[in-house]
Amino acid sequence: MLLHVEDLNIEFHDHIVPETVVYDFDLDMDEGEIVGLVGESGSGKSMSALAIAGLLSRHDAKKRGHIIFDGTDILNCPREELRNLQGDDISMIFQEPMTSLDPLKKIGWQVEEAMRIHKKCTAAERKERAIKMLGDVELEDPERVYNSYPHQLSGGMRQRVMIAAAMINTPKLLIADEPTTALDVTVQAQIVKLLKRINKENRTAILFISHDLSLIRQLCKRVLVMKGGYVVDGGDVEEIFTHPKQEYTKRLIDSIPHVDLSGE
Amino acid sequence: MKNSVKKDFNFILGIVLTAIVVVPAIIGIFWTPYGIDTMNNSLKMAGCSLAHPFGCDNFGRDILSRVMAGSAITLLIGLGTVAIGAVAGTVIGAVTGYYGGLADDIFMRFNDVMFSFPSLLLALVFVAVLGSGRTQLTVALGIAFIPSYVRIVRAEYVRARNMDYVKSAKLAGASDIRVMFVHILPNTSKVMMGSLLIGFNNAVLAEAGLSFLGIGVQPPDASLGRMLSDAQTYLFGKPGLAIVPGVTLIVMVLGISLLGKSDTITRIR
Repeated sequence: MLLHVEDLNIEFHDHIVPETVVYDFDLDMDEGEIVGLVGESGSGKSMSALAIAGLLSRHDAKKRGHIIFDGTDILNCPREELRNLQGDDISMIFQEPMTSLDPLKKIGWQVEEAMRIHKKCTAAERKERAIKMLGDVELEDPERVYNSYPHQLSGGMRQRVMIAAAMINTPKLLIADEPTTALDVTVQAQIVKLLKRINKENRTAILFISHDLSLIRQLCKRVLVMKGGYVVDGGDVEEIFTHPKQEYTKRLIDSIPHVDLSGE
Repeated sequence: MKNSVKKDFNFILGIVLTAIVVVPAIIGIFWTPYGIDTMNNSLKMAGCSLAHPFGCDNFGRDILSRVMAGSAITLLIGLGTVAIGAVAGTVIGAVTGYYGGLADDIFMRFNDVMFSFPSLLLALVFVAVLGSGRTQLTVALGIAFIPSYVRIVRAEYVRARNMDYVKSAKLAGASDIRVMFVHILPNTSKVMMGSLLIGFNNAVLAEAGLSFLGIGVQPPDASLGRMLSDAQTYLFGKPGLAIVPGVTLIVMVLGISLLGKSDTITRIR
């Protein structure tokens, strides 16, 4: 098993009354698996993902439970150990491709960053690898992109750059936190296809977070449905689509717009 | 880019005014037409001449030479002050802003206390402890300038620490130090550039003020403030003694303020 999350609770203490945003979150992921996580905004899905990535800083939030990634206890291991995993075995891409790149640094430098930190190699090797990755995420003219600044790229291109940067060390787990929400529909479909290919080629497990059930259906085999901090439903995607057990899931599925081609 | 520099009036005028003062000052570090403390009895209070374009002072010293060397010292003190203030301020501001929490609160309250003294007064206290002279003056002013830089840098780090690109950097496995100084620091440059120039101006003026009061640069060293202070006695008899260093100071400060206001400097890229 690659990832084992058990009884994860996340509490914030920045108000007088502690506020729990995630209750008893359980998740198991195998290598090479794609799991979807759906829910409306505020349902705790991003918080769970940040906790799994080890990004919830310790004084902001109180966490209980276990997150075991590949034998390492993410919640309790020393910072040093966590940093060794981050960027090497765990990577993450964010929702907003406009802000997730440093505006002052060239794309190439940013794609190479995780490699610079984790791998001992020469600048030439890094550049070769970065350009190969940029080509791999189906960016045209990777050489030119390598030498560009973020403001010179479109949203879809930046999201591809983010994926290239996240995949540079071929991680075991990629967390995609609504990677397509800020993109238009055609680009969305391309990114989903790209993630699927990456998953197949590298055996990278993907935790795909979205509020869009139809995207989840295209990409994932298994899905968890979250609401108000609780996992309310879960299981095989097709099973959930055809026989939703919960009222909430039913309503979510009904909310997917569809075109009725039959006319009446 | 070229076009925008051409249209940037503040930048062009700023560069020209700054150059008028800084170029002679830099030459003044290595060479002056006459020694800055070479006295000549026959030239006491001499007027303008080809040999002494700005005349001589009450000891018969060449004013041009003294202004060149004096503005060099003033500039160096300004640079040193800003360097001490900005480096220490950046480190403290970065750490407190990035980590936040209790240490941040404590440091910022301490900073507020420092802030509640006028920085000139604070410098005066430090001079009283450290003694006077140029090095002491630079250190004193530098320390007095730290709080304002802490404020500026901290605000930038608080803003940056929750940005997605910082999260990505952390997630790439970058250490805190690396995130702070390799990823975030360049993004503070826009704000820093402006405040560095303003800080430099304040340092120049503070140096002039302290030297004018006689607790800054000590004779025989010349500095613009020192020269102004020496010229007081002869203000009516020979106003040139005050006018030359005074105008130099004004041009220097004006030039640098204009640079600080210009789009070219504050909007790098």
